[in-house]
Amino acid sequence: MIRVLVQPDVLDVAAEFDLHDAGGPGASASFIGRVRGEGGLVELFLEHHPVLTGAGLVDLAHAASDRWGLAAVTLIHRVGAMAPGETIVLVLASSSHRGEALAATEYLIDRLKTDVMLWKRETFADGRTQWVEPREGDDGRAERWG
Amino acid sequence: MGLTITYFAWVRERMGTAEEKVDVPVGVTDVGALVAWLTARDARGALAFAEPQRIRVAIDGVMLGLGAPLAGAREVALFPPVTGG
Repeated sequence: MIRVLVQPDVLDVAAEFDLHDAGGPGASASFIGRVRGEGGLVELFLEHHPVLTGAGLVDLAHAASDRWGLAAVTLIHRVGAMAPGETIVLVLASSSHRGEALAATEYLIDRLKTDVMLWKRETFADGRTQWVEPREGDDGRAERWG
Repeated sequence: MGLTITYFAWVRERMGTAEEKVDVPVGVTDVGALVAWLTARDARGALAFAEPQRIRVAIDGVMLGLGAPLAGAREVALFPPVTGG
């Protein structure tokens, strides 16, 4: 089962785990990305493309599912404004054995950084705003999957 | 040739709009030439595309490079490198 969502609503991690695990595969791996509150950050805003962002996530989920023969993939990304501590992205991958589930989870979050049309803007307590630049190493991490 | 151009993130902010329809001048046949034309058109374009190597491109929903041809394109999206996750 592949479940992909791009949503402004708060992400209910526990509820998503329950939905994802309904099939009961042997191994489930997860990645939860949260908003870091460093440097006086008060808001993180996620801009997306109304069509291409969702399509990119669906492509990624299918690619991972095909490559590792997964039983289930859940890929949920929030968009819009969020506060430090809130969950911004959830990746769940399940398979019969742990190796495939762990590798697929890492692949999905690495590729998400470079292949999906999402942009982050930070707002700080002093009113300053800045668009987040790609981190050095993001491209390398994404490319090592070939 | 009529073309819709969409802008995202700081490219959108610097252009002052999320979307515009343009008549592409004769001779502008690829994305690189389109960006050069936008750069020369006005101050907003000059600011948004001051560093063309930082610009990414999608034509009708497909991620491509600055060398991609415009022939047959309906929508060109111009944006900075993505930072999801």
